Amino acid sequence: MRAAAESRRSPALAARIRSGLSRYLVMIAVTLALFAIVLLVSGSDLAASFRGLFRSSFGSLYGLSEVVVAMIPLLLTALAVALPWRVSLINVGGEGQLYIGAAAATWGALSFPGLPPVVLLPLMMLLGFAGGVLWALVPALLRAAGTVNETITTLLLNSVAPKIAGFLIFAFWHSPMDTVKTANFVPAARLPAFFGSRIHLGIIMGGALLAAFWAFMKWTRWGLEMRAIGGNPEAARRAGIPVRRLLLLSLCAGGGVAGLAGMAQVSGFYGVLLLNFSNGLGFMGFLICWMAGGQPLGIVLMSFVVAVILAGGDVLQLTSNLPFAVINILLAGTLFVVLARPTLFGRQKS
Amino acid sequence: MTWLAVMGVLSSAIFSGVSLLYATLGEVVGQRSGVVNLGLEGVMLVGAAAGFAATVITGNPSLGIVVAMLAGGLMNLVLGYLVINRGANQLASGLALMFFGFGLSALIGKPYVGTRAASIPRIALPGTAYLPQRIASLFSFDLLIYLAVPVALLVWWLLYRTRWGLALRATGESVAAVYASGRDPGAIRYQALFVAGMLAGLGSAHLAIAYAMSWTEHMTGGRGFIAVALVIFSGWHPVRAIYGALLFSGAVAFQLLLQSAGVPVSPFLLDTIPFLLTILVLAVSGGGRRHLAPAGLGRLYSGRE
Amino acid sequence: MREGRETGRLPAMEDAGGPPVVSMRGMVKRFPGVVANQEIDLDIHRGEIHALLGENGAGKSTLMKVLYGVYRPDGGEIRVDGSPVAIRSPHDARRHSIGMVFQDLRLVPGFTVSENIALYLTDLGPVPRRGKVRNRIRELSGSYGLEVDPGAVVRGLSIGQQQKVELLKLLLSDARVLILDEPTRVLAEHEVAALFATLRRLCADGYSVVLITHRMRDVLACADRITVLRQGRVAGSLLRAQATEQALVGMMFERELDRVRAGGSRKVGDLTVLELAGISTRADGGGVSLRNVSLRVHSGEILGIAGVSGNGQRELTDTIMGVTRSVAGRKTLGGLDVTNRPVSAMRANGLGFVPEDPLSLAVIPFMGVVENMAITDTRRYARHGGLTMDWGAVREDLDAAADRLGIQVRRTAMARDLSGGNLQRMVIVRELGRLPRLVVASYITRGLDLQSAAAAHQALVQARDQGTAVLLVSDDLEELFTLCDRLLVLYDGAVAGDFAPEETDVAEVGHLMTGSGRGDARGG
Repeated sequence: MRAAAESRRSPALAARIRSGLSRYLVMIAVTLALFAIVLLVSGSDLAASFRGLFRSSFGSLYGLSEVVVAMIPLLLTALAVALPWRVSLINVGGEGQLYIGAAAATWGALSFPGLPPVVLLPLMMLLGFAGGVLWALVPALLRAAGTVNETITTLLLNSVAPKIAGFLIFAFWHSPMDTVKTANFVPAARLPAFFGSRIHLGIIMGGALLAAFWAFMKWTRWGLEMRAIGGNPEAARRAGIPVRRLLLLSLCAGGGVAGLAGMAQVSGFYGVLLLNFSNGLGFMGFLICWMAGGQPLGIVLMSFVVAVILAGGDVLQLTSNLPFAVINILLAGTLFVVLARPTLFGRQKS
Repeated sequence: MTWLAVMGVLSSAIFSGVSLLYATLGEVVGQRSGVVNLGLEGVMLVGAAAGFAATVITGNPSLGIVVAMLAGGLMNLVLGYLVINRGANQLASGLALMFFGFGLSALIGKPYVGTRAASIPRIALPGTAYLPQRIASLFSFDLLIYLAVPVALLVWWLLYRTRWGLALRATGESVAAVYASGRDPGAIRYQALFVAGMLAGLGSAHLAIAYAMSWTEHMTGGRGFIAVALVIFSGWHPVRAIYGALLFSGAVAFQLLLQSAGVPVSPFLLDTIPFLLTILVLAVSGGGRRHLAPAGLGRLYSGRE
Repeated sequence: MREGRETGRLPAMEDAGGPPVVSMRGMVKRFPGVVANQEIDLDIHRGEIHALLGENGAGKSTLMKVLYGVYRPDGGEIRVDGSPVAIRSPHDARRHSIGMVFQDLRLVPGFTVSENIALYLTDLGPVPRRGKVRNRIRELSGSYGLEVDPGAVVRGLSIGQQQKVELLKLLLSDARVLILDEPTRVLAEHEVAALFATLRRLCADGYSVVLITHRMRDVLACADRITVLRQGRVAGSLLRAQATEQALVGMMFERELDRVRAGGSRKVGDLTVLELAGISTRADGGGVSLRNVSLRVHSGEILGIAGVSGNGQRELTDTIMGVTRSVAGRKTLGGLDVTNRPVSAMRANGLGFVPEDPLSLAVIPFMGVVENMAITDTRRYARHGGLTMDWGAVREDLDAAADRLGIQVRRTAMARDLSGGNLQRMVIVRELGRLPRLVVASYITRGLDLQSAAAAHQALVQARDQGTAVLLVSDDLEELFTLCDRLLVLYDGAVAGDFAPEETDVAEVGHLMTGSGRGDARGG
């Protein structure tokens, strides 16, 4: 698989924007259509459900802010996939890297409750990143040694990470009342929220990292080298580019970003480390990255769309008596359409 | 740690591992034709939900098994359409199928959460009649368990002794050669995927109908992912897949044994042993595995670009 | 056709000159931007070797792929045994007893010979008996000099043997018309002679052979009838008796060839630029290991490496470049020990690389020309510690290099939009532009049109004249003999011969290329 970045060399800027936008509009339309189909099939009230959906996501400022909150980890897990994707690596280990990053950040929060937030929070970010890097390191090394493909190893480690987190909670960290979660984090360990909503600093983290990613790939020397590897690894190797080193670094960096997503969730959203807190955030990041073609702006857009879908899941549960998991059909369906009609969504080599 | 406990754990490992073997066999067939199915977890869930629902509705567990197999086959055809007709990336398509499976199975299974259904009859393992009742009852297996090894041999025979199998393996090795021989590699892959889906459905039918006799979301517990790894572990060979499934189930049994023996290690950690063991085996033997892979999968499975 | 299968002999028919087995009239085939076949008429007669001659791109392969059903024609009619037929797929072609051996042999490397042939046969039952195919192979292979071990895995066979398997495949599936696409490209002299002997025996038994080739020698050696294609049209068709080399060349080309005479200033210096001493590598899987390879390339010298593809050429260039590790031996560049140093170190010490197929080994397809220029030396153009790239400097270097070499480089948004010749020009400008110490050039004219090939040769000679050491790997003996100052033969990963072109001849080199010694100078 060659992860060619979508070629953006159309002559007119306007045409570029137009073609990009229409792709996402189509995807959103498909998602809404699928939503309607699922509702119809299950015999629910279409109108009520849609009204509920819009009200809970766009209808109020609070609803909108909740969507943004749901977006935050998705931005990061999608970036965690997009970065290695540029060198043709498939990182499906976001789920596991997320958990280990969360666990590492939790250790920081619980071990240093006395530190001021201006020290503690960056420390937790560092720990979260490190945790994710650690979890990506073994697959990366095995891949670089030519032994096992990273897809398999990261998938297997996904199943291991939540159990390790569970062990840590259960054995060391659990709160006096509850064995499925830790004690509440001290306020200094919480990412601050804005505007009286639950939107926390994680949004800045996500946005800043995506912007940095975009600039990095476009302008820097290593961005050029990574794009070369993604475009033609054999040619890149013979051009003197340190392929093995960059593969390792990319996968680990991707893991680190996923670890940050975990940190953002426990520190910004929950304020505790909860057993099995991720309902597929890592995989959703993968989905988003694919639908966005690895492009940072697209990731922002699709993260928003997926966050709306997640909000829709709650609505479904309440109004239509459908299980939350049904939204997976929407996510899958949208990705199906993107995969089935690549030309409609820009030249994307598989 | 009594003998009873050990036997109990062994029995439980066999019961829970058979679905893994069927799923692995299916994935071997699919990968031998050149298609990797990361969505196997979703396929199995849909098979389980559909099979269980059919069992509850009709009261006939055998019918439920058939429905589960069909459901698995159909799910795989979706993957086939994306990968064969639209040329989509296999890994992404597989994961999309996985999501689809999560959602669809939840939808199908929702009305039946908490319901119990009839199971298929169990037959005592020959030769256990003289054992004490408590132990003998542990080795009363259902038909699908007895069929597991024969089915594995059947898959081997299909792949290596029939013309269909030859064409299927050729498709995984060299699409150009297949096309040049006047066959349609796409049609062959569709057939392979359908068979693979049916095998996966068979496995999930055993899980839901014969073993758990109920439906819960995510009841396959990662078997779909493990199966994909076990295919590599068994060198894409159906008979060696038996050993792979045995090893994994053995690891599960081992950690259950430790738990029941009161070993003071957290069940969470013990749960990780099978997965870590699989990774270890893959890492140690991975270099040697590469040349066994169907050549057409090369780009997906070679460690190097 | 029971007879046919067992003895390989077809019922006796009237000899060559009777009505054609296959008749193509007015064939047209278009691809985006080019008309590959324009109004081509062709007749294939029983018991004849019909050579389809023309240079690269003349449309020979395309025409035969239309006959074999790989392509659908845009116009024209095909008749088999006088009746019009529609051939829409290889399946249809096979039903009409037409078989084709492709240049890139369509065998399954991981299967045995038996399995490959079993795959191809259509009359085996769903559960074929184990020895059936094997026996059929044994029966037939003796008849035409096509001996192969049915149980051997194809991956381990030489190209010549794989070709035999391909032919057996066709014969066992009752093909009467055998199309061979450039079969001699990867064979050595006596293997070629053996192939032609086999083909003549087949024709004597009533088969028809179409031989696609661009080599005059093939045509003169074995063809009964010759059709010359030029730029998609038939330039002429004659019987062998009427054909002379001049006549054929005149039909193939419109104008004089721009052959590079490698005169120039042959100032081979004393300075050893590249030295390999006892280099050995370990192959993994299907590759070839290098065995104790030693060589020296001096400044101002072109050292040629002759050999049939697959005897270690790729391993040699990869080891020199630093892509592959050696397990023994020493490698020095300009006196510096660079054994097992990475590619970046080799390039920093003045190594340039011009491969065959630039699109797969030298160029990033979706990047533009300017970006492709920068990838071999990103450090040079990095500013602010790597945070930005100085594209202006890249463009300046590109212009300067293009000027110096006298090569025009087309700038496009994406490299993959360039033609093969333009791509190779771009790579040459990049690699030779700053006068490297050493150039590793590998099959650089493969698949190129004559003008581009001449330009490539010229660039190499020019570099040599200015003191660069050149290592040229090629399977084109004409190219090697014309350009090189010294010649090495690579066989099975080891050096099999080392001479100046004047000291040897094509036949001797050809034999070394296939492992036979100096003494066996007789062909097949």
